[in-house]
Amino acid sequence: MFEQSISTLAQKLRNKDISSVELTRLFLARIAKLDPQLNSFITVSEQRALEQAAAADALLQSGKGTSLTGIPVAHKDLFCTEGTLTTCGSRMLNNFIPPYESTVTSRIQQAGAVMLGKTNMDEFAMGSSNENSFYGAVKNPWNLDMVPGGSSGGSAAAVAAGLAVAATGTDTGGSIRQPASFCGITGLKPTYGRVSRFGMIAYASSLDQGGPMAKSAEDCAHLMQAMAGFDEKDSTSADKPADDYLANLNTPLTGLKIGLPKEYFGEGLDPQVADVIMAAVKEFEKLGATVKEISLPNLQLSIPSYYVIAPSEASSNLSRFDGVRFGHRCDDPKDLLDMYMRSRAEGFGTEVQKRIMIGTYALSEGYYDAYYLKAQKIRRLIKEDFVKALEEVDVIMGPVAPTTAFGLGSKTSDPVAMYLEDIYTLSVNLAGIPAMSIPAGFADGMPVGLQVMGNYFAEAKLLNVAHQYQQHTDWHLQTPTMAKGA
Amino acid sequence: MAAIYDNQNIRWNMSIDKQDVQKIAHLARLALTEADADQYQLSLSSVLSLVEEMQSVNTDGVEPLSNPLEMTQRLREDVVTEENRRDAFLANAPQTEAGLFLVPKVID
Repeated sequence: MFEQSISTLAQKLRNKDISSVELTRLFLARIAKLDPQLNSFITVSEQRALEQAAAADALLQSGKGTSLTGIPVAHKDLFCTEGTLTTCGSRMLNNFIPPYESTVTSRIQQAGAVMLGKTNMDEFAMGSSNENSFYGAVKNPWNLDMVPGGSSGGSAAAVAAGLAVAATGTDTGGSIRQPASFCGITGLKPTYGRVSRFGMIAYASSLDQGGPMAKSAEDCAHLMQAMAGFDEKDSTSADKPADDYLANLNTPLTGLKIGLPKEYFGEGLDPQVADVIMAAVKEFEKLGATVKEISLPNLQLSIPSYYVIAPSEASSNLSRFDGVRFGHRCDDPKDLLDMYMRSRAEGFGTEVQKRIMIGTYALSEGYYDAYYLKAQKIRRLIKEDFVKALEEVDVIMGPVAPTTAFGLGSKTSDPVAMYLEDIYTLSVNLAGIPAMSIPAGFADGMPVGLQVMGNYFAEAKLLNVAHQYQQHTDWHLQTPTMAKGA
Repeated sequence: MAAIYDNQNIRWNMSIDKQDVQKIAHLARLALTEADADQYQLSLSSVLSLVEEMQSVNTDGVEPLSNPLEMTQRLREDVVTEENRRDAFLANAPQTEAGLFLVPKVID
């Protein structure tokens, strides 16, 4: 039952083959049994889940509801959920009960989905391994000695292990796509502004974007139906109606033009990962697509540009954590300055403090032009590379990450080794275009994700491309052994 | 702060000293111990060296990009849209009194 698609489960709920309360209990039991091995949840909201499930059953009884009604999902612990602990993976917020609901979780709730709980993540979404969580590292369900990726590592591990039907994530520099790749699930980072940021705890406001993480493109499309769209409460929300993400899933790919950027296949890419990606591209050719080599010449510059822009915006966003209105406050402050300085030093972990300081430095007097402004100019060059490439091709394909999931603790000592892992994902956020990770095979027993990038607001196209691939392959249907035991 | 250009590796080696770290930490309102400052001196220097690659790129005439969609800020009517939820907002505060946030004494 835990392996089934949203469409199948929705049909079973509608046919009364199973009730939402039964389905929710099944997933809660799986979490209780399997999550001690994974640590993918920070909070399991059992009571809220069962109440929502009962309400969903009542709605279904009266013949109403959507395809998400009664479906158990999990939310990254960065979306504010009214009345339910929201920590953002940080000690700073270990007692924060939001007084309001994020737009994303609110819309998914209004569509009738059941919230099982809040998933683990790198603190304030800063990380690529989920090892930066105050609540402990998350393990990869395919191999418990490996990281699940990050920062949405809890969501990816939970979906891969069948602890939730689907989950939400956020992606500032790859945080949906890279864990989706490492855990063998499907994830979509929408166009900047397509999904509301209201109630999402901010990391880097000009890059942050929420999106769905699920087993298949079709399941992601079901979530996008609820999540996407204009929101008055988000000042950078795109004022443009959302597409019907389910309508074009079955469009044939005949004539689809795929671009392969040569910079994505250069030095540093694991040859086994490269083989999996090229095999996937061949599959698309069989489906009628044509392939050509393209160039994104400024790819390498996405690392320095991102690691100035994101920390700069973070240093500003995270100044709100001052120990006054919410969050951690140190004991016995001797004055206001002491309270700010100790509350923040105690509340934030090392990586968060590091990024706050990089941003503070980059924005400080005398350095702003050389760092922040320079990074924004390079950002335009990166965007222009994509705009130009997407005039010639419909979608761009490549790897999500240079390797499969790496070992827990293997990259924590070198301060920049982890940053270099993000080479294939950062540029997408800088440009603001949508991109997906879809399971495309395995290397040494660990999943490999294919990245599919598209033009602004082309989410429906990306989902169509991914769905067609998934109609002809079964990589997305593979289940890790640990998930089968329960 | 010292920027050393290393011709052999064609990259900048940016190093900042411990005093710089303490100054940045103060601006960021982070209390660092001596041991923390040593650690951050190393890790911040590594990151600054990494981002220094930008300085070799010619960006003359390129406009900075701050919003990927280049949207302008949307305005709305200046009217009250939220109800007063003082108690709900105070509930997360570490210390409150008489409906106000409480902080250590600022003025004697």
